[in-house]
Amino acid sequence: MKIVIAVLTVLCAASAQAATPAELLAGYRTEAAQQAAGFQPSAQRGAEFHARRFGVSAKLSSCASCHTDAPAQAGRHVVTDKSIKPLAPAANAERFTDPAKVEKWFKRNCTEVVGRECNPAEKADYIAFLTGGR
Amino acid sequence: MNKSLLLIALLPLAAYADDLRLPLNAPPAFQAECGSCHVAFPPQLLVADDWRRVMRSLDKHYGDNASLDEKTRQTLEDFHVRNAGGRKVGAGRTAPAGELPRLTQTDWFLREHREVPRADWTHAKVKTPANCAACHTRAADGSYREREIVMPNGKHRKD
Repeated sequence: MKIVIAVLTVLCAASAQAATPAELLAGYRTEAAQQAAGFQPSAQRGAEFHARRFGVSAKLSSCASCHTDAPAQAGRHVVTDKSIKPLAPAANAERFTDPAKVEKWFKRNCTEVVGRECNPAEKADYIAFLTGGR
Repeated sequence: MNKSLLLIALLPLAAYADDLRLPLNAPPAFQAECGSCHVAFPPQLLVADDWRRVMRSLDKHYGDNASLDEKTRQTLEDFHVRNAGGRKVGAGRTAPAGELPRLTQTDWFLREHREVPRADWTHAKVKTPANCAACHTRAADGSYREREIVMPNGKHRKD
Protein backbone atom coordinates (compact mmCIF):
# COMPACT_ATOMS: atom_id res chain seq x y z
CA MET A 1 0.00 0.00 0.00
CA LYS A 2 2.81 2.36 0.93
CA ILE A 3 4.48 1.71 -2.41
CA VAL A 4 1.24 2.47 -4.25
CA ILE A 5 0.94 5.78 -2.39
CA ALA A 6 4.57 6.63 -3.11
CA VAL A 7 4.10 5.93 -6.82
CA LEU A 8 0.89 7.97 -6.93
CA THR A 9 2.63 10.86 -5.20
CA VAL A 10 5.45 10.85 -7.74
CA LEU A 11 2.96 10.67 -10.62
CA CYS A 12 0.88 13.52 -9.26
CA ALA A 13 3.97 15.65 -8.75
CA ALA A 14 5.08 14.95 -12.30
CA SER A 15 1.67 15.82 -13.74
CA ALA A 16 1.80 19.22 -12.02
CA GLN A 17 4.38 20.20 -14.67
CA ALA A 18 7.30 20.93 -12.41
CA ALA A 19 9.76 23.42 -13.83
CA THR A 20 12.71 25.41 -12.61
CA PRO A 21 12.90 29.22 -12.47
CA ALA A 22 15.63 29.03 -15.14
CA GLU A 23 13.31 27.10 -17.48
CA LEU A 24 10.49 29.57 -16.95
CA LEU A 25 12.86 32.48 -17.56
CA ALA A 26 14.10 30.82 -20.76
CA GLY A 27 10.51 30.35 -21.95
CA TYR A 28 9.58 34.01 -21.44
CA ARG A 29 12.88 35.08 -22.99
CA THR A 30 12.13 33.08 -26.14
CA GLU A 31 8.64 34.57 -26.33
CA ALA A 32 9.98 38.08 -25.84
CA ALA A 33 12.69 37.58 -28.46
CA GLN A 34 9.99 36.64 -30.96
CA GLN A 35 8.40 40.03 -30.38
CA ALA A 36 11.65 42.00 -30.26
CA ALA A 37 14.72 40.39 -31.84
CA GLY A 38 17.78 40.28 -29.63
CA PHE A 39 15.86 40.62 -26.34
CA GLN A 40 17.98 39.88 -23.28
CA PRO A 41 16.44 39.63 -19.79
CA SER A 42 17.66 42.28 -17.38
CA ALA A 43 17.66 41.86 -13.60
CA GLN A 44 18.12 45.63 -13.35
CA ARG A 45 14.94 46.34 -15.36
CA GLY A 46 13.16 43.70 -13.25
CA ALA A 47 14.24 45.48 -10.07
CA GLU A 48 12.96 48.81 -11.39
CA PHE A 49 9.67 47.17 -12.36
CA HIS A 50 9.35 45.67 -8.87
CA ALA A 51 9.76 49.05 -7.21
CA ARG A 52 7.81 51.17 -9.74
CA ARG A 53 4.67 52.79 -8.41
CA PHE A 54 2.10 52.31 -11.15
CA GLY A 55 -0.57 54.32 -9.38
CA VAL A 56 -3.39 52.17 -10.77
CA SER A 57 -4.49 50.92 -7.36
CA ALA A 58 -4.19 53.20 -4.35
CA LYS A 59 -3.23 50.50 -1.90
CA LEU A 60 -1.55 48.07 -4.27
CA SER A 61 0.54 50.64 -6.07
CA SER A 62 3.63 48.49 -6.71
CA CYS A 63 4.82 44.89 -6.47
CA ALA A 64 6.80 45.99 -3.42
CA SER A 65 3.59 47.13 -1.68
CA CYS A 66 2.96 43.53 -0.61
CA HIS A 67 6.19 41.74 -1.52
CA THR A 68 8.43 44.34 0.21
CA ASP A 69 11.59 45.93 -1.20
CA ALA A 70 13.52 42.76 -0.43
CA PRO A 71 11.91 39.78 -2.20
CA ALA A 72 13.94 37.32 -0.12
CA GLN A 73 11.81 38.43 2.82
CA ALA A 74 8.26 37.38 3.59
CA GLY A 75 5.68 39.96 2.58
CA ARG A 76 2.26 41.01 3.77
CA HIS A 77 -0.91 41.69 1.81
CA VAL A 78 -1.57 45.37 2.41
CA VAL A 79 -5.35 44.95 2.45
CA THR A 80 -5.86 41.67 4.29
CA ASP A 81 -2.55 41.53 6.22
CA LYS A 82 -2.08 37.91 5.24
CA SER A 83 1.58 36.90 5.26
CA ILE A 84 3.08 36.09 1.87
CA LYS A 85 6.02 33.72 1.48
CA PRO A 86 9.17 35.21 -0.07
CA LEU A 87 9.13 35.68 -3.85
CA ALA A 88 12.82 34.91 -4.34
CA PRO A 89 13.45 31.23 -5.14
CA ALA A 90 16.60 31.40 -3.00
CA ALA A 91 14.38 31.97 0.04
CA ASN A 92 11.38 29.90 -1.08
CA ALA A 93 12.14 26.89 -3.27
CA GLU A 94 8.49 26.57 -4.36
CA ARG A 95 8.58 29.83 -6.32
CA PHE A 96 8.59 29.66 -10.11
CA THR A 97 8.29 25.89 -10.27
CA ASP A 98 4.66 25.60 -11.41
CA PRO A 99 4.07 27.31 -14.79
CA ALA A 100 0.29 27.45 -14.38
CA LYS A 101 0.58 29.08 -10.98
CA VAL A 102 3.15 31.58 -12.24
CA GLU A 103 0.91 32.57 -15.17
CA LYS A 104 -2.11 32.85 -12.90
CA TRP A 105 -0.43 35.25 -10.50
CA PHE A 106 1.29 37.30 -13.19
CA LYS A 107 -2.10 37.76 -14.82
CA ARG A 108 -3.91 38.60 -11.63
CA ASN A 109 -1.33 40.84 -10.00
CA CYS A 110 -0.29 42.64 -13.19
CA THR A 111 -3.93 43.42 -13.98
CA GLU A 112 -4.42 44.83 -10.52
CA VAL A 113 -1.13 46.65 -9.98
CA VAL A 114 0.02 47.56 -13.51
CA GLY A 115 -3.48 47.96 -14.93
CA ARG A 116 -2.90 45.46 -17.76
CA GLU A 117 -1.37 42.03 -18.28
CA CYS A 118 2.42 41.92 -18.27
CA ASN A 119 4.26 41.03 -21.47
CA PRO A 120 6.84 38.23 -21.81
CA ALA A 121 9.75 40.70 -21.65
CA GLU A 122 8.53 42.07 -18.30
CA LYS A 123 8.05 38.55 -16.94
CA ALA A 124 11.55 37.52 -18.07
CA ASP A 125 13.07 40.64 -16.47
CA TYR A 126 11.15 40.02 -13.28
CA ILE A 127 12.31 36.43 -12.89
CA ALA A 128 15.85 37.53 -13.76
CA PHE A 129 15.60 40.05 -10.91
CA LEU A 130 14.20 37.53 -8.42
CA THR A 131 16.77 34.88 -9.26
CA GLY A 132 19.62 37.36 -9.16
CA GLY A 133 20.04 37.11 -12.91
CA ARG A 134 21.08 33.48 -12.68
CA MET B 1 -34.43 6.42 28.95
CA ASN B 2 -34.03 9.14 31.52
CA LYS B 3 -33.40 12.76 30.80
CA SER B 4 -29.73 12.84 31.76
CA LEU B 5 -28.92 10.10 29.30
CA LEU B 6 -30.67 12.03 26.59
CA LEU B 7 -28.65 15.13 27.47
CA ILE B 8 -25.41 13.19 27.33
CA ALA B 9 -26.39 11.87 23.94
CA LEU B 10 -26.98 15.44 22.73
CA LEU B 11 -23.70 16.84 24.10
CA PRO B 12 -21.61 16.12 21.01
CA LEU B 13 -24.16 18.03 18.92
CA ALA B 14 -23.89 21.03 21.21
CA ALA B 15 -20.11 20.93 20.98
CA TYR B 16 -20.30 20.94 17.20
CA ALA B 17 -22.82 23.74 16.93
CA ASP B 18 -20.06 26.38 16.94
CA ASP B 19 -17.60 24.25 15.04
CA LEU B 20 -15.58 26.27 12.57
CA ARG B 21 -13.17 23.52 11.64
CA LEU B 22 -12.54 23.31 7.93
CA PRO B 23 -14.48 20.44 6.34
CA LEU B 24 -12.26 17.45 5.66
CA ASN B 25 -13.61 17.09 2.14
CA ALA B 26 -12.27 20.48 0.99
CA PRO B 27 -11.02 20.39 -2.60
CA PRO B 28 -7.32 21.31 -3.02
CA ALA B 29 -8.42 24.52 -4.75
CA PHE B 30 -9.97 25.73 -1.50
CA GLN B 31 -6.67 26.55 0.21
CA ALA B 32 -4.89 27.35 -3.06
CA GLU B 33 -7.51 29.82 -4.31
CA CYS B 34 -9.41 31.02 -1.23
CA GLY B 35 -6.41 31.03 1.08
CA SER B 36 -3.90 33.03 -0.97
CA CYS B 37 -4.89 36.62 -0.28
CA HIS B 38 -6.79 36.03 2.94
CA VAL B 39 -7.31 33.19 5.38
CA ALA B 40 -9.41 30.43 3.83
CA PHE B 41 -12.59 31.37 5.70
CA PRO B 42 -14.64 28.48 7.09
CA PRO B 43 -17.65 27.99 4.79
CA GLN B 44 -19.82 27.79 7.91
CA LEU B 45 -19.52 31.59 8.22
CA LEU B 46 -22.13 32.41 5.58
CA VAL B 47 -25.42 30.86 4.54
CA ALA B 48 -25.66 29.04 1.20
CA ASP B 49 -27.41 31.87 -0.66
CA ASP B 50 -24.75 34.34 0.42
CA TRP B 51 -21.95 32.04 -0.78
CA ARG B 52 -23.70 31.76 -4.13
CA ARG B 53 -23.65 35.55 -4.41
CA VAL B 54 -19.99 35.73 -3.45
CA MET B 55 -18.93 32.92 -5.76
CA ARG B 56 -20.88 34.32 -8.72
CA SER B 57 -19.24 37.74 -8.61
CA LEU B 58 -15.57 36.91 -8.16
CA ASP B 59 -14.61 39.52 -10.76
CA LYS B 60 -15.80 42.11 -8.24
CA HIS B 61 -14.57 40.54 -5.03
CA TYR B 62 -14.50 43.26 -2.35
CA GLY B 63 -12.45 45.57 -4.52
CA ASP B 64 -10.39 42.85 -6.17
CA ASN B 65 -10.73 40.81 -9.34
CA ALA B 66 -10.52 37.23 -8.07
CA SER B 67 -11.85 35.53 -11.21
CA LEU B 68 -11.29 31.80 -11.58
CA ASP B 69 -11.73 29.40 -14.45
CA GLU B 70 -15.35 28.18 -14.51
CA LYS B 71 -14.58 24.61 -13.46
CA THR B 72 -12.66 25.70 -10.35
CA ARG B 73 -15.26 28.35 -9.56
CA GLN B 74 -18.11 25.83 -9.70
CA THR B 75 -16.17 23.32 -7.58
CA LEU B 76 -15.62 25.97 -4.93
CA GLU B 77 -19.18 27.27 -5.06
CA ASP B 78 -20.48 23.71 -4.56
CA PHE B 79 -18.08 23.19 -1.67
CA HIS B 80 -19.16 26.39 0.07
CA VAL B 81 -22.85 25.75 -0.47
CA ARG B 82 -22.54 22.17 0.75
CA ASN B 83 -20.80 23.27 3.95
CA ALA B 84 -22.54 26.60 4.49
CA GLY B 85 -23.67 27.71 7.91
CA GLY B 86 -27.00 29.08 8.89
CA ARG B 87 -28.60 27.17 11.72
CA LYS B 88 -26.34 28.85 14.23
CA VAL B 89 -22.90 29.81 12.97
CA GLY B 90 -23.02 32.40 10.24
CA ALA B 91 -26.72 33.00 10.59
CA GLY B 92 -28.44 36.31 10.06
CA ARG B 93 -27.98 37.91 6.70
CA THR B 94 -27.42 41.63 6.77
CA ALA B 95 -26.15 42.57 3.33
CA PRO B 96 -28.38 45.13 1.61
CA ALA B 97 -29.46 44.31 -1.94
CA GLY B 98 -26.70 45.06 -4.41
CA GLU B 99 -23.96 44.65 -1.83
CA LEU B 100 -21.91 41.54 -1.26
CA PRO B 101 -22.57 39.75 2.01
CA ARG B 102 -19.79 40.03 4.56
CA LEU B 103 -19.04 37.22 6.97
CA THR B 104 -17.99 39.85 9.50
CA GLN B 105 -21.50 41.33 9.45
CA THR B 106 -23.68 38.35 10.23
CA ASP B 107 -25.66 38.49 13.48
CA TRP B 108 -23.69 35.48 14.66
CA PHE B 109 -20.28 37.10 14.01
CA LEU B 110 -21.26 40.36 15.69
CA ARG B 111 -22.60 38.51 18.72
CA GLU B 112 -19.47 36.35 19.03
CA HIS B 113 -17.27 39.47 18.90
CA ARG B 114 -19.41 41.81 20.98
CA GLU B 115 -16.80 41.93 23.76
CA VAL B 116 -13.99 43.04 21.46
CA PRO B 117 -13.21 46.70 22.20
CA ARG B 118 -13.16 49.20 19.33
CA ALA B 119 -9.45 49.84 19.92
CA ASP B 120 -8.71 46.25 18.96
CA TRP B 121 -10.69 46.44 15.71
CA THR B 122 -8.86 49.61 14.70
CA HIS B 123 -5.43 48.42 15.86
CA ALA B 124 -2.74 48.92 13.22
CA LYS B 125 -2.02 45.18 13.18
CA VAL B 126 -5.61 44.28 12.37
CA LYS B 127 -6.44 46.35 9.26
CA THR B 128 -9.78 44.61 8.57
CA PRO B 129 -12.30 42.66 10.69
CA ALA B 130 -11.83 39.84 8.18
CA ASN B 131 -8.21 39.47 9.33
CA CYS B 132 -9.09 36.48 11.54
CA ALA B 133 -5.44 35.60 12.08
CA ALA B 134 -4.80 38.96 13.78
CA CYS B 135 -6.21 37.44 17.00
CA HIS B 136 -7.07 33.82 16.17
CA THR B 137 -3.50 32.62 16.05
CA ARG B 138 -4.34 29.33 14.35
CA ALA B 139 -6.93 30.64 11.89
CA ALA B 140 -4.77 29.63 8.95
CA ASP B 141 -5.21 26.03 10.08
CA GLY B 142 -8.95 26.52 10.48
CA SER B 143 -8.80 26.55 14.28
CA TYR B 144 -10.65 29.25 16.24
CA ARG B 145 -10.55 27.95 19.78
CA GLU B 146 -10.92 30.45 22.61
CA ARG B 147 -7.59 29.53 24.18
CA GLU B 148 -5.74 30.33 20.95
CA ILE B 149 -6.87 33.94 20.93
CA VAL B 150 -4.17 36.57 21.42
CA MET B 151 -5.41 40.16 21.22
CA PRO B 152 -3.40 42.72 19.17
CA ASN B 153 -1.90 44.15 22.37
CA GLY B 154 -0.41 40.73 23.10
CA LYS B 155 -2.88 39.82 25.82
CA HIS B 156 -4.38 36.39 25.91
CA ARG B 157 -8.13 36.16 25.91
CA LYS B 158 -8.24 34.82 29.46
CA ASP B 159 -5.54 37.08 30.98
